[in-house]
Amino acid sequence: MAIEAQPESAQAPGGREPGGTPKQRSWWLRPAWHTAIIGAVIGYALGHWLGDFMTPSFVATGGGAPDSNDEAIVLGYAFLVIGWLIGLGVFNDLIRQMRGKPVNGSSRETAGGLAKYFRYTLDHKVVGIQYLVGMLVYFFTGGLFAMAIRTELLSPSYHVLSPTAYLEVVGEHGTMMMMMMSSVVIGPLGNYLVPLMIGSKRVAFPRLEALSFWLTPCAYAILLSSILLGGFPTGWTGYAPLSIQAGEGMDGYAFAFGLMGISIILAGFNIIVTIICYRAPGMRWGRLPMFVWAMLTTGFLLVLAAPVLVGGMYMIITDRTAQTAFFVNQLGGSSYLYEDLFWFFGHPEVYILALPGFGIVSEIIPVFTRKPLFGYKVAAAGMFGVAILSFFVWQHHLFDSGIDPDMRPLFMLTTELISIPTGFIYLVAMGTFWKAKLRLTVPMLFAMGMYVNFLFGGISGVFLSDVPVDTTAHGSFFVMAHFHYTIMGGLIFAFFGALYYWLPKMMGITLNQRLGKIHFWTMFITFNSTFMPLFAVGMLGQPRRVFEYARNLETLNDWVSISAFCLGVSMLIFIFNFVMSTVVWRERAPQNPWQSRGLEWQIPSPPPPDNFTHIPVVLAGPYEYGDPDALPVADLNPPAGVIAGALAGAGAGTGTTSAGSEA
Amino acid sequence: MSLPARVATLVIAFLAVVAGGAYVALHYIGSQPPVEDFTSYASNGQVNVTLMTAPQTTVTDKPDWVTYFIQNPATKQFVHTTYFEVPANTKINVTILGYDGCTPLRNPVWGRVTGTEGGVENVSIFNGKTYSPSQPVSVFDSYANCSVQHTFAIPGLGLNVPVASPPTVAENNALCTTSPCVASNSSEALAPHSVVTFSFTTPKKGGTFRWQCFIPCGGGYLDGNGGPMGTPGYMMGQMEVQA
Amino acid sequence: MAAETSHPAPAGEQGHRRDGLWLLVIWIVLSIIGCLLVAYVWGPHLPPGAMSTSASSQQFDTRVLAVVATPVIIGVLLYFGWALAFWRQKPGDETDAAPIHGNTRIQALWIVVTSAIVLGLAVFGTYELINPAGSGSGQGPQPAFNHGVLAAASDTSWAPNTNNILQVQVIGQQWAWTFRYPQFGGFETTDLVLPVGQQVRFNVTSLDVIHSFWAYQLGVKADANPGVNNVAYTTPYHTGTFVVRCDELCGIWHGAMYDYGKVVSVPNFLTWAHSTETQLAAVTKLLPPYALTYDPTVLANVGKVNQQLGLTSAGGGYYNPADPEQP
Repeated sequence: MAIEAQPESAQAPGGREPGGTPKQRSWWLRPAWHTAIIGAVIGYALGHWLGDFMTPSFVATGGGAPDSNDEAIVLGYAFLVIGWLIGLGVFNDLIRQMRGKPVNGSSRETAGGLAKYFRYTLDHKVVGIQYLVGMLVYFFTGGLFAMAIRTELLSPSYHVLSPTAYLEVVGEHGTMMMMMMSSVVIGPLGNYLVPLMIGSKRVAFPRLEALSFWLTPCAYAILLSSILLGGFPTGWTGYAPLSIQAGEGMDGYAFAFGLMGISIILAGFNIIVTIICYRAPGMRWGRLPMFVWAMLTTGFLLVLAAPVLVGGMYMIITDRTAQTAFFVNQLGGSSYLYEDLFWFFGHPEVYILALPGFGIVSEIIPVFTRKPLFGYKVAAAGMFGVAILSFFVWQHHLFDSGIDPDMRPLFMLTTELISIPTGFIYLVAMGTFWKAKLRLTVPMLFAMGMYVNFLFGGISGVFLSDVPVDTTAHGSFFVMAHFHYTIMGGLIFAFFGALYYWLPKMMGITLNQRLGKIHFWTMFITFNSTFMPLFAVGMLGQPRRVFEYARNLETLNDWVSISAFCLGVSMLIFIFNFVMSTVVWRERAPQNPWQSRGLEWQIPSPPPPDNFTHIPVVLAGPYEYGDPDALPVADLNPPAGVIAGALAGAGAGTGTTSAGSEA
Repeated sequence: MSLPARVATLVIAFLAVVAGGAYVALHYIGSQPPVEDFTSYASNGQVNVTLMTAPQTTVTDKPDWVTYFIQNPATKQFVHTTYFEVPANTKINVTILGYDGCTPLRNPVWGRVTGTEGGVENVSIFNGKTYSPSQPVSVFDSYANCSVQHTFAIPGLGLNVPVASPPTVAENNALCTTSPCVASNSSEALAPHSVVTFSFTTPKKGGTFRWQCFIPCGGGYLDGNGGPMGTPGYMMGQMEVQA
Repeated sequence: MAAETSHPAPAGEQGHRRDGLWLLVIWIVLSIIGCLLVAYVWGPHLPPGAMSTSASSQQFDTRVLAVVATPVIIGVLLYFGWALAFWRQKPGDETDAAPIHGNTRIQALWIVVTSAIVLGLAVFGTYELINPAGSGSGQGPQPAFNHGVLAAASDTSWAPNTNNILQVQVIGQQWAWTFRYPQFGGFETTDLVLPVGQQVRFNVTSLDVIHSFWAYQLGVKADANPGVNNVAYTTPYHTGTFVVRCDELCGIWHGAMYDYGKVVSVPNFLTWAHSTETQLAAVTKLLPPYALTYDPTVLANVGKVNQQLGLTSAGGGYYNPADPEQP
């Protein structure tokens, strides 16, 4: 496919014109985090005033309380985001170009120091680290809400939280996790590693990539602000008409989720174009690392499914503010419309969460089994199969809703079918493990933990796809256990494994391995202890999101709650390890501590600003372990003329990678 | 940054996070309306509880919301809460002063009195000047007549009591305008209202029983069940039975 | 990166292990034991029990799925355990393992077997859906899975063991369940009583937001949507109590919206129904006529009081669409 047809020297992050030196002002005058906050505050005040000005008679709907006008709140949020972006300097280059001034590269940072992480920086590596810190903050915030839920569920009748507060907490936990974890891999790891893995110096759209990150703190703050407004009572699914009925906190949910939807569309779009168009010469599709395949398929899901979410959230907002009636049955709308819109996004969303996990573990196991990935094509086909089929299964969330009953065998079939490509991941893993030489490092432990956990998650999914069994299991803790096993047991375990694996590359320092092993074992044991009993709890009749349950389930719930607290402690071990290793101990890591053949490991850790001094020519795949005749993965210093020759071939029409195989 | 500076930043950041989390937990999530305790006021196995419904809540930041008040047994002041505590295995004599106007029941089945002693409630209407004689009522027709303003229902005990409303146009246009409707100048206490009395017995085992109103009167919220209907301390609450 | 040239797989290089054969044998043995335990020891106690046709059909389904899942779980866990035990890199060994890129036969076998299992389960699930008339799940206003369901559904009367199905309307509202029996004069009550051995048709609807009627021991779950009728069928086998919970988040008291139902003998049921009909006659007169759905804003005489008398009470104009504050 196309090769970037630009002279090599122009391949700098952000495409800076050669020779331009940015004019540096003092740090507090340059747009960064602090100006963004000022912009956000001004924006919120402006939007809020505008909303009150436009709809004075609606001010009273919240009981006459101040700040109860949904229009004011929503417009406040909208202007908050715009103010935030203005304060961050996102539009500065755009305005400069519109005025005909040269884009002087003021938003490009190559200097060291921490300041660039607080700015709208266009280097994909900086964006990756920003995403990493952000995602960890969002994940642990969501985890705190989970601790509150389990505290309430310790007793079936004594209530620590009022019913409103309990639903607030349930909704915040679910939404924070589902919303933010859509980007937990593509943000930090996809953005950081994909260019390194495909031999590119940059991503296709660095501005969109940075924008996709900077929308996430807004979404986080807006979601948390709904607590101040009384919370939202619908859980993360936001079913209408309850969401239309709810108080002001609901606007925070709808707006934050929609905003995050926009962020993930941009991230996915950027990743797809980068992977398709920015591969180095010689990086054929058959040599692409499996992680990159996962990012590609995830990117497609993001771009195709997230717009439906944004539309659905927008309709909730207009139903609540502009008195439309999309989802209100008695006024001509339909509550089914919301369910369908939401789950049309919602089901690909869970594969957005699962596919990166598959990609990570498929990437890690060849390194630590010292064998090629078994069935490379099968693995890639599995990812595509999952991605495509994920659009055809969403009605399994509506089996008991009163949909046309003839649809149910059809969706039962498609849901059962999707377990076939999912199973390919296990075929590939088991083949890779066959007579391997396992190295039980921390990333490998997490990868194996992921496979074990996802097994239970996937099998329980097959149970749920069966309509008669789903009649009892739908909406119960069985579903909860299923998706916690697949998402937390699958994605989050893989994410932690990836962190331990790639942090030496990203920061040049290594996380303490002993603490890592303690973290893994405590997390694995407490995770299973927390969620395995929930299968039983669900099948024994406890619905989701309830704070009162049958007395005979109290022992099980107490066991689960105590295990959940211990799971929280294991997270504290990780936080301690992460923070101490990155801030205090800073133990230097060698360039390639895991002896991996991946292209990203062939450059220094941390990578230089341009990633590669010259665009490499890829000679072989990254999984050729055990083969003495295998070529090294790439030539990092190709002789002069090789690239130009390849590009001349591109001009002539083929532009394929055949030119690169002669090194 | 040097090592001590890094460590110091870390410690400060950690403490800030912990403080923030604790603040959110205690202030927003853990808060609850005050509980009126009637357990020490039992005599002869009976306890008297007085509630009031008001058409607005001028004592809070949501003046347009309807609400219940509970009379504190010691001070005899009406407190803005819906949480109260009663002893187990006791007859509870409830008086509800209904200062609001009528709204039809969405589901007329809640117009029938259930769970009370005798299956009736006793209703007396104050029209601004005089009290009508107290009559036992077992079923209310809230569509044909302006007869019901709210309900007091404890589903866990099968208790459902529609709170009667002043029935005429004149009375409904002269409702009390502050809250609670017992003001220092006695003019507010003379606003039209109903006096509803009934009794029920708490079970022997202790527990927490929710109670709610079944008339969706949350104006401005779809189907009327948002707002005051969904916020603790207004139209829904908890009765704790102390064994 | 010295090559490991000779590392043949089957006939164990040092002659001490044929991994494939051992794995297969251990897997088969453990699977047989596991499947027998699951099917016959655990099986009869699987949720949701066997109190009704739908519950026992679901229990059977769960049993079959569990039996199919057991070899899969055992296989994968056994394999990974074996790898952990026998295929580790010895300390000091820096070489790689054999460069196996794939094995077409194994891949094809895997694809064929997993597809067969999955398609078989899909067919089985569909059969179980057809057989006991939807297996207790809500089928919307026009149920398609009504094999074996009694033909007639009178709105006015019911007698046991005839061709007429007992109809119970389940009305969900925030935050309680009420049940309406159209065939006994249309009375509405908070008690759910059913006769044993008689087919029941639940017509589930809601008056405000989405709820979900979940009768656990009966294996019935049907979402209650406003303005929509959702039909579910079942036949109770035994007398006893069952729990009714709300299974779709409907607001603050969603967790407290539970109730108990009873299955009693047919004579007891008829006695209860007739006596309740008499007892509730005064309220039944006030209810809207029996319908499969109710629009709360268009009930007969709704708001007559307020509109005729020109009152604005706590609820405001009672959902007057002309008032922008009343959605």
